[in-house]
Amino acid sequence: MTAALPRADVAPVASAKRRRRAPGWLAVVPLLVFAAIAFGLPAFAILDGAFTVGGHYGTTNLTDSLQGPYLTSLLGSVKLSALAALLGALLGLPLAQAVVGSRSRWLREAVLTASGVLANFGGVPLAFAFVATLGNAGVLTVRLGLKDSGWNLYSFWGLVLVYLYFLIPLMVLTITPALDGLRAQWREAARNNGATGVQYWRHVALPVLAPSLLGGLVLLFGSAFAAYATAAAMVGSAVPLVTLQIADALSGNVLVGQENIALALSLDMVLVAGLVMAVYLPLQRRSARWLDA
Amino acid sequence: MARRLTPWRWAVLGLAALYFLVPLGASVVFTVDEPGRGISFDAYTKILSTDGFVSSLLLSLELALATIAVVLLLMVPAMVALRLGAPRLRPVVEIVCSLPLVVPPIAFVAGIVSVLKWGPDQLSRTPLFETFVAIQNPSFPVVLVLAYVVMALPFVYRALDAGLRAIDVRTLVEAARSCGASWPQALVRAVLPNIRGALLNAGFLTLALVLGEFTVAQLLGYQPFAVWIYNVGGSQAQMSVAVSVLSLLVTWALLLALAGVGGGRNRTANSRG
Repeated sequence: MTAALPRADVAPVASAKRRRRAPGWLAVVPLLVFAAIAFGLPAFAILDGAFTVGGHYGTTNLTDSLQGPYLTSLLGSVKLSALAALLGALLGLPLAQAVVGSRSRWLREAVLTASGVLANFGGVPLAFAFVATLGNAGVLTVRLGLKDSGWNLYSFWGLVLVYLYFLIPLMVLTITPALDGLRAQWREAARNNGATGVQYWRHVALPVLAPSLLGGLVLLFGSAFAAYATAAAMVGSAVPLVTLQIADALSGNVLVGQENIALALSLDMVLVAGLVMAVYLPLQRRSARWLDA
Repeated sequence: MARRLTPWRWAVLGLAALYFLVPLGASVVFTVDEPGRGISFDAYTKILSTDGFVSSLLLSLELALATIAVVLLLMVPAMVALRLGAPRLRPVVEIVCSLPLVVPPIAFVAGIVSVLKWGPDQLSRTPLFETFVAIQNPSFPVVLVLAYVVMALPFVYRALDAGLRAIDVRTLVEAARSCGASWPQALVRAVLPNIRGALLNAGFLTLALVLGEFTVAQLLGYQPFAVWIYNVGGSQAQMSVAVSVLSLLVTWALLLALAGVGGGRNRTANSRG
């Protein structure tokens, strides 16, 4: 918007200059060429390999990747990510609300900065921190005698517990701008019309927040679905996950054709992640429209 | 009227603090307290002399610097050009920079592995084969830089877009040009200083990404920092936890520095979404 104003004044000069200089798109070309090579080639290789069966094109890899242990791992990943994302969203919302509602600048800054750090604290260090805390020889496991009560970190629920460590902060970061957008006037207006706190949340706040909440949920799902390092460092292959399955097929003693199964599984993942983005982007746009208005 | 901290708010914050602080505290305890042997800081003092620590950390830092340089060299001119002369390419660039979000790192590396196989399989008689060998040089694997640049594109795009949106690029460049600056001068002396925050933001995000990256490096068989922590964890549990704690502190310091420089406004861009 602001660019339009000065443009009118200097347009004649600028256009005279523009005729003499190289066209602007030249500066974009290196980026596009780079992306075509560094991203396009691997993407093509995934497609090509997924559909190649013994030198011919076919869909056997894809159908195989949706059967037996591969299907189990894919479903395992979806189940884990869905549960972790749901819990992360449910727990992240009250935390964000507690921070936004407190009106304490100090608390807000501290929690948001910490969330920025923790949302990025995935991977190997996170896995090791939890192993040191709740693993078989972990500090809490030993001191509280958790082992006798059947606690096992290297399990489905153990992974959920660990994933929440970066999913909850991610939710806080995602939902805080939306919570900031809830105007105090809306709450006052609801109260003046006789609404209770619950009614305000049910009929005003949650409908406004809904796109952001759903968007956050989907984002968390995608983040958990793609996670590999944490699971690899923690559970090895005790829990069937599609990322671990792909890594096994890639680095193990690769049988002929197994690599193409890995590529077919990768394609499955890309499709799921693409679906996630297809849901997330419109939701984000929608919530942005509401809250900027 | 400032609202008080109601009891449920305290409960929520308390529980969150418990969940997020206990693993960190317990990790520190784990590294210094060996059951039956008392307190010892060996896990920390031995880090520097452990095989592979220095070389893997250096490799990670070199990869990070190369990645930052390449991604900024590619993205800054392109993003500025989009604002000046080629607005119609904007959706193209936006899509290209968002596509890596749809391909999880593990799928991306599966694709890279099979591209690298083309080298010996099909290209062994062509000069391209030399290129394939060169980019996989273990002392500085260029292929990792290529992969990390791709993975950083979405974050760098968002950071630079936010920075450029806040200034009037066209007016700045035209002012510089009518004062006699050449195109590179206008870019370097007029535009870049005005998006310093966004550049730092993009740089820090890329740094954090590369330092923590595990998936691609491990599956391609290289040993930068994160892979080294993983490998050490097998034999020396205490030290691997000690390094994990330290690496968290370093990330914390980096992002705090970022919050200080960026004025805290861009923090939501830090999320890996």
